[in-house]
Amino acid sequence: MIRFAAVRLLQAIPVLFGVITITFILIHSAPGGPFSADKAVPPEVLIALEEKYDLNLPLWQQYFGYLEDFISGDFGPSFKYPGRNVSELIASAFPTTAELALYSMIVAIGIGLFAGVVAAMRPNSVQDYAPMSLAMIGICMPSFLLGPLLVLIFGIYLEWLPISGWNSLPGDKILPAITLGTGYAAYIARLTRGGMLDILSQDYIRTARAKGLSEIVIVCKHGLRGGLIPVVAFLGPAFAGMLGGSFVVETIFNIPGLGRFYVQAAFNRDYTMILGTTIFFAALIVSFNLISDILAMWMNPKLRQKDLGDEK
Amino acid sequence: MDIKSNPQIYRLFFLILHGIYLCVLPGCENPPTNVELGNETGVLHWGNGTEPQSLDPHIATGVPEHHVISALMEGLVLKDSQTLEPTPGIAERWDISEDQLVYTFHLRSDAKWSNGDTLDAHDFVWSWWRALQPRLGNLYAYMYFPIKNARAYYNGDINDFKEVGVKAVNDLTLQVMLENPTPYFLQLLDHYSTFPVHQETVERFGSADERGTRWTYEGNMVSNGPFKLRKWTINQEIVVEKNPQYYDEKKVKLNEIVYYPIENGITEERMFRAGQLHYTNDVPIDKVETYRAANDPALRIHPYLGTYYYRINTRVPHLKDRRVRRALALTIDRESLTKNILKGGQIPAYAMTPPDTKGYFPPNKLEFNPLEAKRLMALSGYPDGKNFPETEILYNTNEGHRKVAVAIQQMWKIHLNIDIRLTNQEWKVYLDSESNGDYEISRAGWIGDYVDPNNFLDMFICGGGNNRTGWCNEDYDKLILQEAPRKKSDQNRFAIFREAEEILIDEMPVIPIYTYTSKNLVHSSLKNLNPNILNQASYKDLFLSDDIE
Amino acid sequence: METKSKSMSEKDYSEENSSLWKDAWTRLSNNKLALLGLVTLVFFCIIAFLAPWIAPYGYEEQNLILGASPPSYQHLLGTDIFGRDMLTRIIYGGRVSLLVGFIATSVALVIGVSWGAVAGYAGGKLDAFMMRLVDILYALPFMIFIILLMVVFGKNLLLLFFAIGAVEWLTMARIVRGQVMTLKKQEFIEAAHSMGLPKQIIIVRHIVPNAIGPIIVYATLTVPNVMLLEAFLSFLGLGIQPPESSWGLLINYGVETMEEYPWLLIFPGLALTITLFALNFLGDGLRDALDPKTSKD
Repeated sequence: MIRFAAVRLLQAIPVLFGVITITFILIHSAPGGPFSADKAVPPEVLIALEEKYDLNLPLWQQYFGYLEDFISGDFGPSFKYPGRNVSELIASAFPTTAELALYSMIVAIGIGLFAGVVAAMRPNSVQDYAPMSLAMIGICMPSFLLGPLLVLIFGIYLEWLPISGWNSLPGDKILPAITLGTGYAAYIARLTRGGMLDILSQDYIRTARAKGLSEIVIVCKHGLRGGLIPVVAFLGPAFAGMLGGSFVVETIFNIPGLGRFYVQAAFNRDYTMILGTTIFFAALIVSFNLISDILAMWMNPKLRQKDLGDEK
Repeated sequence: MDIKSNPQIYRLFFLILHGIYLCVLPGCENPPTNVELGNETGVLHWGNGTEPQSLDPHIATGVPEHHVISALMEGLVLKDSQTLEPTPGIAERWDISEDQLVYTFHLRSDAKWSNGDTLDAHDFVWSWWRALQPRLGNLYAYMYFPIKNARAYYNGDINDFKEVGVKAVNDLTLQVMLENPTPYFLQLLDHYSTFPVHQETVERFGSADERGTRWTYEGNMVSNGPFKLRKWTINQEIVVEKNPQYYDEKKVKLNEIVYYPIENGITEERMFRAGQLHYTNDVPIDKVETYRAANDPALRIHPYLGTYYYRINTRVPHLKDRRVRRALALTIDRESLTKNILKGGQIPAYAMTPPDTKGYFPPNKLEFNPLEAKRLMALSGYPDGKNFPETEILYNTNEGHRKVAVAIQQMWKIHLNIDIRLTNQEWKVYLDSESNGDYEISRAGWIGDYVDPNNFLDMFICGGGNNRTGWCNEDYDKLILQEAPRKKSDQNRFAIFREAEEILIDEMPVIPIYTYTSKNLVHSSLKNLNPNILNQASYKDLFLSDDIE
Repeated sequence: METKSKSMSEKDYSEENSSLWKDAWTRLSNNKLALLGLVTLVFFCIIAFLAPWIAPYGYEEQNLILGASPPSYQHLLGTDIFGRDMLTRIIYGGRVSLLVGFIATSVALVIGVSWGAVAGYAGGKLDAFMMRLVDILYALPFMIFIILLMVVFGKNLLLLFFAIGAVEWLTMARIVRGQVMTLKKQEFIEAAHSMGLPKQIIIVRHIVPNAIGPIIVYATLTVPNVMLLEAFLSFLGLGIQPPESSWGLLINYGVETMEEYPWLLIFPGLALTITLFALNFLGDGLRDALDPKTSKD
């Protein structure tokens, strides 16, 4: 297992390198520069600005310059917000995003697993259709619709919960977490049900039932372990996605998270910011995919046996 | 197997529900809203659009920046919040020479920086020198160009700043020499690009002309306005608090202003409704109607110094013909557009300059006239739209622009029987296409920097950076560049401008569509907020009170 | 250790494909919900196809004076702010949405399943290479990618499908790979392998059919995603342009005025929801019908 993780972490180096290179090419081929504006920018100003940020150098020099800075841990200054560093901006937004992602994941896994398991226990019955229909509605309900809806109901009409901001009040977190978590919950519910049905129809489960094991034990011990493999494969990128920030939810609730930086940077052609957030996001993806693969391995006795065999 | 036989699952479910309930409970107690709290403690909650890029007055551009900077800093003159006439600021009075070329400002002796240092004429000279350094990347450097030799210095034709027409006669007297009589010069001094900055602070964090140093951060910034910076959390809030060193400190009634960067107008409107804001930066189109129907006094709509128009690329073969351009302009039903689609009290525009810009009324040479348009189209060889190539309207991705374009697309189809294709592009791509002339018709808007027709008309001179239509007319240039600046009285200048604008409307490289309005929601407790066409608030006059007037 | 009783005799390799399909169809037609789903989808597709003949108005016909009006006899589902008939716009919108939904999902399905199956089956270095490539693609900034696509290719529908398919297959590949990794360790696959069957045959005949459950589930989940993504891309300028519309776009606009003109949100929302339910029932039915495990019962 440790060797497996180490190998994957080593593989992360070419991944990050690939991400940097492709992103660098992408952003420099997109039309419009970081300093183009509604009002015409005088040429003297443009020259001064490009000089300041080394944009006057040939592309390959910029590229290697960036790589050099990156290896020494410097993500460079933001073009859009003069005086701020990219790493400083990411560091300021990440705690908020991480907190939101954590709550949303709790909502998503809690509701999703519960609904999926309940549905899988009695397929094609009301106990199946009710939670699955809810899940379908959850999927149809994109966050740009669910968010405003929740705000109107719980914030404006009922006046129960605050509708924006991210302060110390616990109430602030509820609506955003539900909004972000619901879509994922619906996915998890569907994947759980599918996976569980596959496992529950396996012969060894029948054998277990025949042995007279209680349904709860069967579901929790055997069913969940095998049935959740597709869910776990989904969770890795999903959680990484959440940690990358959700532009829609952050915009609706005015939350100072990473998602806004990530999207705005692209619109602003804030090159260093785009690269910085993308690398950060790539690192998250690599780590969470690794975690989800390790989990899947742990849950699948067949895989575990082989890969762990040489370590025992 | 049956769920009923599995009480454990039920128990789990209730446990989760209970957990959710516990989490929700504290939120249910209805804590006082921002507005309620703010009214007690004198804290104004202000919706401020986008996150300010910078609070350095010589770097910043944009309206959100303006709001914050004008609370933090003050220039030589202020504007009356109703009439926009210049009133004393850091200069308590000024003399203007007979030929209108020399302005002498007498600074108030009690002007101070927020750290207690005195503010004098040398601060202005140094600040203006800084603002004219090309390395700083000041997009508003042109605000200084009426000053003698400022443009030459900025372009590098002159290297000695002493030749630029600004000097400190003594600590409290600042003398400014102009290139031409410029009746709107005093107005420019209320623009943040001419505000003074604290030399010692700027230089502590970098060289004077270095872009993006940390001197404008919380804890670092030293300013001279009614408020000073207390907190700046990016994408969350900017908090300014009363500046005890401000010369007029006794008049300032607010203790704090909290600026929220809220990009989404719909979110902002909801925050207002939930009592989180005293003031919104905008009102979504569809909400205007609701507020209006309810006769809600919170809705404030006022004319705004800005024109929404379509640029026509006059380099495109079938748009070279001015008759075609006029036909297009004649078939936009602006009344219907503003009434049925925009619904925000926008004023149909039949000229570039908004009517009554400092007393200037543009010529009236445009109307809604499909018959005349059809005639012109026939004359240019496109009877009933026949053979007219499919033409593209380019706009940057935005709901409002889309609505206008969809309506105009249909109007041109009905009245001229021509096919229009709509193309939206992401902002920077759109800017790129527009400045490269890679478009046919494109949506544009211009918001005045200062109240004078010159600001709306001088952008269409040949090759002007903001012209972008490929249109060039020597008579027009002569009027704008040579004749108008020589006139000393507004009356004579305006006559010239009217002549120029007539050429513009006749040639129609741009199709004016409507004059903007400012749309804000203002809580009844916010007093003394006067409407004006620049939609600028005078923060030192504002106060909060629950009393009903 | 669980007992694994899948025996070779149940996997008859000479089994005719046609009888497999016939069996599947018989099982599917016994599933009433699945049939209902199928009928609904076909019905929607026919309506969308016949749009120019059955829509009561032109989709671009404006009536600015009328503006947004609630449902009435003239306009069964009301009108939008331009006074355009909503029923007409929903019918026309269905053309785009259904097309995007099916084509983009198929693209994602084909790429994702083959990529995931090959990576999972091959294992080792090839697997590592393919999956790290997926990681890279995941991480690339989506907005910039879209902006570039728009600039390089201009706008057209085919490109839109490509862009959407290109984004959506990544998760599919991960899920399929996970399934395949599990499956290939099972006895019947190992047995097939030892019988000397070529890899391609094993993947196509045995691995993919056994992983069909999660694939179908994920595919049905992808369809709504794809439709909403289309709306987002169209909004950004890639894809369809006004006055054309799609369900996703109609919903987008509807959300902004949900308090003032709720019918602008409810009806396109319903159209999308009904389609997804139908798809889902059909998907579940297909899953049960195609699952090789059920065939042996």
